[in-house]
Amino acid sequence: MNFTKLVATATLALGLATGAIAQDKTKVGFIYVGPIGDGGWTYEHDKGRLAVEAAFGDAVETVYQESVPEGADAERALTQMALGGADLIFTTSFGYMDPTINVAAKFPNVKFEHATGYKRADNVSTYSARFYEGRAVQGLIAGRMTKTNKIGYIASFPIPEVIRGINSAYIHAKKVNPDVEFSIVWAYTWFDPAKEADAATALIEQGADVILQHTDSTAPQAAAEKAGNVMTFGQASDMSEYAPWPRVSSIIDDWAPYYIARTKAVMDGTWESTDTWDGIGAGMVGIGEISDAVPADVKAEAEALRDALASGEYHAFTGPLNKQDGSVWLAEGETAADFGDDGLAGLNFYVEGITAEIPN
Amino acid sequence: MLGSISITVLLASIMVASTPILLAALGEMVVEKAGVLNLGVEGMMITGAVCGFVVAVTTGSPLVGFVAAALGGAVLSLLFGFLTQVLLSNQVATGLALTLFGLGLSALMGQGYIGVKAPPTNDVNIPLLADVPVLGRVLFQHDMMVYFSVAMVAVVWAVLKYTRTGLILRAVGESGDAAHALGYKVVRIRIAAIFFGGAMAGLGGAYISLVRVPQWTEGMTAGAGWIALAIVVFASWKAGRVLVGAYLFGGVTVLQLNLQAAGAAIPVEYLSMSPYLITILVLVLISRRRSGAGAAPADLGKSFHASS
Repeated sequence: MNFTKLVATATLALGLATGAIAQDKTKVGFIYVGPIGDGGWTYEHDKGRLAVEAAFGDAVETVYQESVPEGADAERALTQMALGGADLIFTTSFGYMDPTINVAAKFPNVKFEHATGYKRADNVSTYSARFYEGRAVQGLIAGRMTKTNKIGYIASFPIPEVIRGINSAYIHAKKVNPDVEFSIVWAYTWFDPAKEADAATALIEQGADVILQHTDSTAPQAAAEKAGNVMTFGQASDMSEYAPWPRVSSIIDDWAPYYIARTKAVMDGTWESTDTWDGIGAGMVGIGEISDAVPADVKAEAEALRDALASGEYHAFTGPLNKQDGSVWLAEGETAADFGDDGLAGLNFYVEGITAEIPN
Repeated sequence: MLGSISITVLLASIMVASTPILLAALGEMVVEKAGVLNLGVEGMMITGAVCGFVVAVTTGSPLVGFVAAALGGAVLSLLFGFLTQVLLSNQVATGLALTLFGLGLSALMGQGYIGVKAPPTNDVNIPLLADVPVLGRVLFQHDMMVYFSVAMVAVVWAVLKYTRTGLILRAVGESGDAAHALGYKVVRIRIAAIFFGGAMAGLGGAYISLVRVPQWTEGMTAGAGWIALAIVVFASWKAGRVLVGAYLFGGVTVLQLNLQAAGAAIPVEYLSMSPYLITILVLVLISRRRSGAGAAPADLGKSFHASS
């Protein structure tokens, strides 16, 4: 809830009033979980929105609402946007899954696109990025660079997307450094800079000298910078203002090509409910520049891994891999399937070696 | 259970985590004692956070930043004061609007300051006392705002309890009409209280952007203002209990994160709800002898006009 939201509402009202003139414009709406100035997740989605505006100029009109809570209030925001005449609405957080499905049922003529979820309908598509590929690169750098062999991980909510990231980072850190240990802190928020900073500080006090984050703000970067000898990675956005140290690399989400393509599909009348899940290869996940704080050989190794993931010659989850309880997940040479039992889309277990438990 | 957690470092970081809420809650308590319910704490905090950050970065002095934050929060609160005390608008609605306004205004003011680094706020070690083993690290090696916030608890408590000013302020909060009949300027006194509350909320916000995180991010107070409001009520409008509440909430928040980081075998679900549960439970228990409603200022949230 903030000023921009009021402006957005006012814009909606104006949009209704001037509906007759604006009818030929395609209206694209965005629902954000944080403020567009978070410097991370929402910031990148908003860059995608601006790219849509730049690509189509006067032919589109975009609207957005920031800091929409996940849950019941999201339905209100979505309904308002659909009533305001939006043709296509992107809901950009996992927690909007059910609200999106519910509202979509009431507005069959409006197209919906839900990020990172798995529920679809005739007018609801899903899309996500294979962030875990980026986590593999981070895990490798973290494993090579850590001196204390303790890696701190600030997790948000126990959902498959986050668990995939933890597993992928752990597998690739362990591969290059068998002594590595992961401490995982669940913040139960996507965006709360003070809490994220506190979580980073707690992990640093426990001896972690690498902090990986799956929350949206740059606060953990600031905490690491304050501590001095702690390394971080940009999350969702490059966070290059903290480069070359503590931020040594990053995962960058690039939603712009997808948003432009889907808007175009609505304009052309070719939009269909689909499921898109792209990674480094398709450009949806970018690896931010690996800074000079990383030794050249580690950098080369990380870039080789990145390129192998991009070309598809290596899958981030390749067997032999066991589940945390010791049972076999993937046999030698086998790669994880996207769907089905133990598939990546619904991943709900840690791999062998992680000592923590996943909260319910 | 605490395992590898260093108690002294933990207690020190608890004080850092609690200070923003303590400052804001203390200010709001004074406002409510004067009979005004200002729900705009979150908006004043975030405005203080951005004002403090911008000025501290520009001048290079965190101290000047904190002064600016207090002013920023206070000026914003005057808007609330004018609307509710002069134009007699509804306090609940105006307070909510103040939060919306503060969040938007701060996002605007903070553009261009994202990713900028704040000048470090140095710890002030109290001579001699800082060298006491354990206690020295826990109590006497903090930045100036931690000492200031604790000192303000004592000041607010003493002023409300022992001074004429405090008596008048409470009278205005209990019955505006009676205070008016005695010749006190109810509206002016309430606006002064609102001003003080705004300044304290601004300081609390700046503590987040200058010390606790330290950086500027839009919406970075992330609900701390609402926690401060709740603590005032559960502390039944007593300065000492506000201190207990703020330290409990900040403390348990930091403690549970540390327990997770140390790998304690407690389910995370319980840990993450614990700050709310424990704070409410303790404050309700210590307030149980008097009914909560009885402790509220009688004129809380009521508009006053000399004609009525």
